[in-house]
Amino acid sequence: MTAPVEPAIALRAVCKRFGAVEAVRDVSFRLAPGEIVGFLGPNGAGKTTTLRMLAGIFPPTTGDVRITGRDPMRDPEVCRRAVGYFPENAPFYPELTVLEFLRFVARAKRLARAAREEAVGSVLEQCALGAVARRRVGTLSKGYRQRVGLAQALCGDPPILILDEPTIGLDPSQVVEIRELVGTLRGARTVLFSSHILSEVEALCERVVVIAGGRLVGEGTPAELAARLGRRRRVLVRVDGAVAAVATAVERVAGVVTVTVRDDLLSVDGGGDDDLVRAVADAVLAAGGRLRELREEPLALEEIFLRLVAERRED
Amino acid sequence: MLSVLQKELLLYFTSPVFYALAAVFLVITGYLFYTNLHWFVLFGGENLVRGFWLYQFLDIRRLLIVLVPMLTMRLVAEERKLGTLELLWTYPIGDVGIVVGKFLACFLVTSLMLALTLAHPLVLSGIHALDPGPIVAGYLGLVLLTAACVACGLFISSLTDSQLVAAAATYGVLLFFWVLTWNEAAVSEGWMRWLAPLSLFDRTAVFAEGGIDTRDVVYFGLFTTVCLVFTLLALESRRWRGVR
Repeated sequence: MTAPVEPAIALRAVCKRFGAVEAVRDVSFRLAPGEIVGFLGPNGAGKTTTLRMLAGIFPPTTGDVRITGRDPMRDPEVCRRAVGYFPENAPFYPELTVLEFLRFVARAKRLARAAREEAVGSVLEQCALGAVARRRVGTLSKGYRQRVGLAQALCGDPPILILDEPTIGLDPSQVVEIRELVGTLRGARTVLFSSHILSEVEALCERVVVIAGGRLVGEGTPAELAARLGRRRRVLVRVDGAVAAVATAVERVAGVVTVTVRDDLLSVDGGGDDDLVRAVADAVLAAGGRLRELREEPLALEEIFLRLVAERRED
Repeated sequence: MLSVLQKELLLYFTSPVFYALAAVFLVITGYLFYTNLHWFVLFGGENLVRGFWLYQFLDIRRLLIVLVPMLTMRLVAEERKLGTLELLWTYPIGDVGIVVGKFLACFLVTSLMLALTLAHPLVLSGIHALDPGPIVAGYLGLVLLTAACVACGLFISSLTDSQLVAAAATYGVLLFFWVLTWNEAAVSEGWMRWLAPLSLFDRTAVFAEGGIDTRDVVYFGLFTTVCLVFTLLALESRRWRGVR
């Protein structure tokens, strides 16, 4: 019998209070080694507070935080070596050059003297910073500064990366660059990253964790979350003529929850029945609609996110 | 700790503020050396220690109060503002390493400025025989005062994210400890007995006269340690206050 694999990151019933403010309430989730997981939530949901507890900046008020099975407050040395942390807004020392900063990071992370230059060279290459290595970080563009932030997190090759909004404030091409960079880490490292840009999370992560108001409101693959919401399928129908009649007919189909009409396009949200597409097609034809387009669309993460957050607010 | 020390030294030596302050400090101490010596030659009598070095050391002491808050104000306040303090907290340095590294860096930089003023006794020794004892005692007093002022400035810098507030408050605290015993008439004798031992600047008087009183050394050691422990507590307050 093999021993169960220790989760890279585990939170159990974690609460964090600052005075009267309860920033995180009873949050539990875990990440297996090698997973890339997105951490979603509206502003003020407690994302940064949770990530700071994982990075060992402060302990939870109650509950347990574990990094590869160890408590970051009791074993700070081991946990801090295991975690590369990218704080929100990628803070930097404007007067230091990229090279000076990364050399400081390598020393601060207590890499052996002989390994430091190699580690710095490796992250400079990995984050494509070679061309600006001797420039002061304060003179670099936002995109480069974010890469410097990622480079410091990656320095020393930690097995776990915790990234707080790594793509915030970047232009679309820079977002793609950072996404590709994080994508290269797949398999080798466990990555937990928070983001507002849901397409980022969809492109990179197998799984998402959603929090709102300090509480966990959803966890799983986007498909699982959609299923939990009871709207597993969305069918898009484009018809010529008699749109209103078709819409009425489709609304009567078993399993259909809502039908939204925009011009000649009907958006049909329904339950998990595999026959939904076929049943909708039959209903359109029976109502005299001339079918131009019929396709099934997976529920976008953005929508799942908004619904989960809305559900939390309704509680 | 060494990584923080090295980074802080790098930041000091790449910053024009350090060179501007060092230049001002050295020009003014040089000018004071000249005028104090001039005064001694004209009116000072025979005793070089009481007639010259005493005044020179007391003058440098005043300059230190002006100098140190400008060097300590950025130590933690700037890192809070930039958000880099959060980075330091995630490296395997520890709060003690952060505090000691920052303290030592600023202490070494200020001591370097003081060391450059050793040119004055060197110049004087070329034209007049010097007893090194009182000069060693005088500089020891300045170095201990520097440690206390730096620790005080570091603590206050750890309470705010504004460098200006840090500098202003450090000036306030240091000046308060200076003027504590100025007006003996306004404070009752009972109070004075409690206040006098606390006065940071009275403690340098014996050193300036060429003597070393162990009680003064212990006082400076305690003052410095208490300030460093308070800095540590200020950093650790993130556990219940959050990162601010």
